[in-house]
Amino acid sequence: MDPPKGKRLIVDFAVILIPVLLVLTAAALIWLHNLVAVVMLLGFYSLLMAGLWVILDAVDVAFTEAAVGAGITTVLMLAAVGLTGQGERPGQGNVLVALVVVAVTGGALFYALSDLPPFGAADAPAHTHVASRYLGQSMTEAGIPNVVTAVLASYRGYDTLGEVTVIFAAGISVLALFSRRHGDRKN
Amino acid sequence: MTTLGVFNYWVAVVLTMIGLYLVMASDNLVKKLVGLNIFQTAVFLIYITIGKVEGGTAPILKEGFDVYSNPLPHVLILTAIVVAVATTSVGLALVTRIKEEYGSVEEAEMRKQDEE
Repeated sequence: MDPPKGKRLIVDFAVILIPVLLVLTAAALIWLHNLVAVVMLLGFYSLLMAGLWVILDAVDVAFTEAAVGAGITTVLMLAAVGLTGQGERPGQGNVLVALVVVAVTGGALFYALSDLPPFGAADAPAHTHVASRYLGQSMTEAGIPNVVTAVLASYRGYDTLGEVTVIFAAGISVLALFSRRHGDRKN
Repeated sequence: MTTLGVFNYWVAVVLTMIGLYLVMASDNLVKKLVGLNIFQTAVFLIYITIGKVEGGTAPILKEGFDVYSNPLPHVLILTAIVVAVATTSVGLALVTRIKEEYGSVEEAEMRKQDEE
């Protein structure tokens, strides 16, 4: 069931265009000093990322990214910018040290890339262990056609429990940080 | 899509570098968190790219499709996205508190006040 040729062409085009746009958007953040603009651009970046997830077959990740990354994160960031002020004073940080560290890290990562299996290879190590079992057995074992949901809620349910624990801890931390402020005011 | 080869990985590394640069070189704490977000999505991109199978489709079982992409990286990244927003919110709450204490979220300004 291959998609029609025109659709195929659009996907092949988008799979190049979206990553290029991602890099341009991220790079633009370096030279932007109005924080509202920075946050809006980050939202755009997340939406581009969601589009790329769809092309890479990760539809569940795509809608989470669109809702959480482009939605909630943008709202939280805008709220924080509203409380802390929009203007960033440019050129104060230690640019030289940052450039050296980034160059060394980037160099190491580019060097490590040569060890990765080719893009899309079906016999890559990542696909030869549990993935085939999830795809083959989840319908009989969990009864859900969406394998991602089956793995998330059933096979790796403990991961999700850990995730919920992290969210709970984060919620407690945020509450603790803000409640102390009110306590101080009373004193 | 085989012609792409390592293109997605290159993009992920460049995004990692941009994110790291934003975290290290910006003086503003909110912008540091923006850089952290870019860094995180770069890691997500590596995972999802590894999960893609040539000619595969989204891992939702349906008759007529035989090749699916690997669902496991998708699950891990779903969890990671939610954890990322949790850490971001804690970071932003800290930034807001710092603003209340120092009256600024610029590192240089805070350092100056600490030295006084």
